[in-house]
Order: sequence, then C-alpha cells, then structure tokens
Amino acid sequence: MIYRETGQFKANYQDDQALFPIDQDRYVIYGILFITFAVVPYLLNPYWLNAILLPFLIYALAALGLNILTGYCGQLSLGTGGFMAVGAFSIYKLMVAFPELGFIPLVLLSGLITAAVGTLFGLPSLRIKGFYLAVATLAAQFFLIWLFNKVGWFFNYSATGMINAPPMTVFGVIVTGPEANGVAKYYLVAGIVAVFALAAKNIARGRIGRNWMAIRDMDIAAELIGVRPLIAKLSAFAVSSFYVGMAGALYFAVWLGSAEPTEAFDINQSFLVLFMIIIGGLGSVLGSFLGAAFLVIMPIMLKNLLVGGFGTESALAEHINIIIVGVLIIGFLIVEPHGLARLWRIAKEKLRLWPFPY
Amino acid sequence: MLFFIEVALSGLMAGVMYSLVALGFVLIFKASGIFNFAQGVMALFAALTLVGLMEKFGFPIWLAIIGTIAVMIVLAWLIERVMLRHLVNQEPIILFMATIGLAYVLEGMGDIMWGSDVKVLDLGIPQGASDWMLDSFDIYVEKLEVFAAVTAAILVAFLAVFFQKTRIGRALRAVADDHQAALSVGISLNTIWVIVWSVAGIVALVAGIMWGSKSGVQFSLSLIALKALPVLILGGFTSVPGAIIGGIIIGVGEKVAEVYLGPFVGGAIENWFAYMLALGFLLFRPQGLFGEKIIERV
Repeated sequence: MIYRETGQFKANYQDDQALFPIDQDRYVIYGILFITFAVVPYLLNPYWLNAILLPFLIYALAALGLNILTGYCGQLSLGTGGFMAVGAFSIYKLMVAFPELGFIPLVLLSGLITAAVGTLFGLPSLRIKGFYLAVATLAAQFFLIWLFNKVGWFFNYSATGMINAPPMTVFGVIVTGPEANGVAKYYLVAGIVAVFALAAKNIARGRIGRNWMAIRDMDIAAELIGVRPLIAKLSAFAVSSFYVGMAGALYFAVWLGSAEPTEAFDINQSFLVLFMIIIGGLGSVLGSFLGAAFLVIMPIMLKNLLVGGFGTESALAEHINIIIVGVLIIGFLIVEPHGLARLWRIAKEKLRLWPFPY
Repeated sequence: MLFFIEVALSGLMAGVMYSLVALGFVLIFKASGIFNFAQGVMALFAALTLVGLMEKFGFPIWLAIIGTIAVMIVLAWLIERVMLRHLVNQEPIILFMATIGLAYVLEGMGDIMWGSDVKVLDLGIPQGASDWMLDSFDIYVEKLEVFAAVTAAILVAFLAVFFQKTRIGRALRAVADDHQAALSVGISLNTIWVIVWSVAGIVALVAGIMWGSKSGVQFSLSLIALKALPVLILGGFTSVPGAIIGGIIIGVGEKVAEVYLGPFVGGAIENWFAYMLALGFLLFRPQGLFGEKIIERV
C-alpha cells in the first residue's frame, strides 16, 4: 500500500533515468540523509559518534571501494589493508608538506595517489584471475606494509615509526588531531561518504559500471562484445583504490589520529572489509553500508553483552566473540549467500504486493 | 660457497615445512574446489589438541596422536554436516569466506579449550644440529628439519599411493575431475568430503607437530597458512608435487633473498618476497607451475 509505484508517471527522459525512479525510494533517501545530518549528531552522545558511527562510516567507504572491485568487476582483492595504508601515509605526508591546501582536497589527493598505486598492483589482473589474483593482491598488502615500516621518509623518520595527524581545519573547525570535536568529525566523514556513495551508485549504473559487470559475469564474452578488459579492469582497480585510499586517509587522520602500519593496516583489515561486502551483499551500494554496520556494531554489542551482561572475563569474552563472529559468518552464507542487500530487496518485493499475497 | 649452501639448505627445509601446510590446501581444493583458508588454523588446532591431551590427561604420545586424529576426523565430519552440506553449488568465493569463518571458530575453540599461552611440544623428535653433517661437510643442519623433510616425503608417497591405487583414492580423483559425473556413477559426495577433510586434518596434524616442535604451539602457527598461499600459486592449486616443489622454491628463494638481498633494502623482506616471487611466476604461467592448463570458453 505504502510502497507502490502505481500512478507515478514519467513524462520525460530525465525522470526515467533518475537515480531513484520511485518516489518512495527518494523519500527514504532524503529521510536517511536528514536523520544522518540533522538528527543523529544532536541525539547521540560523543561516545556513540566517535566509537561506533565514525568507524562505521569509514569502513562503509572502504567496503564501497572493495565492492566496486570485487562486487561489480569480479576481481577478488585481499590488499585492502595495504591500500588503506597508502591513503593514510599519503595524507600524512601531504598534511605535513602542504597544510595550506585544506583538508578535503588533501583527502581527495591521497585517494588519487592510492588510485595510482592500486592501478599498478591491478596490472597482474590482466593475466590472472580468481584465487590466483587474490593471492597476488596479498603481495601488495605485505609489500606496502613492509615499505611503510622500513622506509623512514614515509613516517618522517620519527623514532617509533608512528605517524600522528597534525590538527587541520575544514571551514574553520578543527577536524583532526586531539582537539577535534566529535560532531565536526562526524559531519566531515558523513558528508564525504554520502557524496561518494551517490557517486558510486551513479558510476555503477553508467557505461563504466556496465562494462565492469560484463567483465565480472564472463570476461571472455565481454571482450567479444567489445568491452576492453584492460580499460575495464584497470579502471575498476583505480576507482576502487580511490575509495579505499580515502577511507584509509579518514581512518588514520580523523578516527585514529595516530597509526602504525603493522597494527592498523594488517591483513585482518583486508579480511574485515571483505567480510563486510560478502555479508552486506556483493555488487550493491546499500550492501556495503549494511555489511559495515553489521561488522562494526556487532562485535561491540557482543563484547558489552558478554562482559557487562554475563560478567565473563574479557579474555574469554574475546574468544567467545570470535567464535560467534565465525558462526554468524557461516550462518549468513548458508542462509543468504547474496547478503543483507538481497534480504532488503526481497522485503521490498513483498512490500509492493502487500497486503495481497500475489 | 659453503655459506650459500648452508643458507639454501635451511631454506630448503623451511620450504618443506611450507609444503606440509600447502599439501592440505591442495587436497581439499582438488576434491571439492574449496579454497580452505582454515588449513593453518587446523594445524594449530591439531597441535593444541595434541599438547592438551598429553598435558591435561597425561596420555602417552602414541595415544595422544591417535586421539588427535580421532578429533580431526570428528571435526571433518562436523564441518561436512554443518557447513559444506548446506553450501553445495555456491560460488567459490562464498565457500572461501565460509572457511574463514571456520578459521575463526576453530581459533576461538582451541583457545578456550586449551588456553592461549605458548606451549612446548616435545615428542622426542631429535633437535639441534646434525653432528654428522657438521663434522664431514662443515654445514649446519637442524635435525628437526631433516626429520620434517623425511616425514613430508613419506607423507607424499603415502598420499600418492592412496590416490592412485585405492578405491577411495580413485573416487576422490573422480570427484576432483567432475562433481556431477562422479555423482552419476554413484560416488557419494558427502562421504568423499568427510574423507578429504579428515586426510587434510591429518596432514594439518603433521604440519602442526613439525611447526610446533620447531617454534612452540602458539597462535602464530595459524599464520603459516598465509605463507602457504604463494607456495600454492607457484605450484598450482591442483597439484600435489606442485605443492612440494613450490614450497622448496619459495623456501630457498626467501632465505637466499633475505641473506643476500635483504641488507641492501633494510631487511625483513621475507614477509613479502615469497608473494612477489609468486607474482612474477604467475605473469608467465597464470595456472602455476604444475596447475592444469586453464581452457576458457564462452
């Protein structure tokens, strides 16, 4: 009754090609944006903003990036952690060297640098596929982390090898460094994520996105109908790394404030982001958000429940936690291998017919 | 020159240890097309169970080993029953993710059951330098590593006979070749999977014993799975000899590079050198050294 497109007539091409052609979808998006920007920052306390929503948004951006590569273009990558590190270290170098450019341009620049690095490591994808490619991207992961550990230039020869984000402002408000305000950080990250999520949705339905999907579904057939695999695969690597790089930059500069490559960007980060897109749904922008929400919020909830609720000691709770995460992952894959986004789509189908079953 | 041989030999032995882990991967990949990320954690889990049985219940070594094998078989049965059976016909990436989930579960279970501190595994495997090699050739060789190499050789010989000569082995190869064709001639996929996972569990136990004797039973044991990956892509996912030769190439290459190349770039290149080596190989042979030629059709 509520969710039905009956009576919504499209009178021109512009309407027909709108990003959200159905009115209700559009209202939902407006509603989500309104809640994100106007309600959440005033409703929730700083702990929630800083410890839960900030990592959720940043991981959602990284998941979006990996989803472009793995979900839309079908190239399995385990190098996400390494590419996030590239983003983080480039923004660190840029923040120290060119603070006058402003924070947001620097985030975009570090995304571009990561895109270049990602394209370079994407070159093997032209020859190798599937799991062979996944292992090849591990080379990127380990090599990049080693590089940031060993070459002093990247961390400005600091004695500990740590990088610290210097304070920077956006529109006169401090967003990085220890004095930054939680609400300001939240607005910045939410703004960037919202803009680039819409951009991703647009790219995915356009010519490039269709090329990616053709490559994903069957690369040889795609080549025969005139999709150039070189351009398609490398552009997927570039765009994906751009997103992942920005996520890495925000992860370091806005959320962590200081980072050390072996801990903050290790292989588990790559797996975590991969889990997000699998559980959320491959090839879906919404899925990236759902997966990130699930995997960021659930461990915190579980931990609070076990330690706070049942009084389990924290070491044991940690172990129970990973078991539960493992079981949930397997359970999810068995019940719905296409992820949370598919559940949402099924719910929408049901809603369209409601209250009649057929 | 002598030093070079020594480095190469120690790399060779390390390579054999990698092959032991890679072998488990290959077995499961051949029989079910599943890329089993949990192989490293299975090695850890097996070693933890072994130590636990010996320490907590005071089992003698042989009984503890038999007990651990029993545990691994039960585990294989459970994995088939609870997980794989419901994931038949899913895409490889979904199965891969499921095995990562499995790795988490096993890791947590091992820790809860047997505690997470580093344990010493002492099965009476000879340790220290081999005197004979030291005296006659002036080369330092770990006895344990020689022992591991011999064990690996026996294991591979055993597996080769098992695969080529026995009824179950033939069934396994049939499944590896074509699931549907195997089903249609009356081979039960479920049974085959239990068998394959059991065999992989036993291989994991052997790997766990070797690595555990070398560096103690601890969490980092599960990370050798990551080291086995370049071995796999070098040798090819579907080839048992490939796993061994790949392991040796990676082991020797890594050690030689670390010793002769490492000092120029700041050391610790062992972490990524194997991957780069494998990547270089892949650019020329995308299916690995011994993998089946990939034939693609539209």
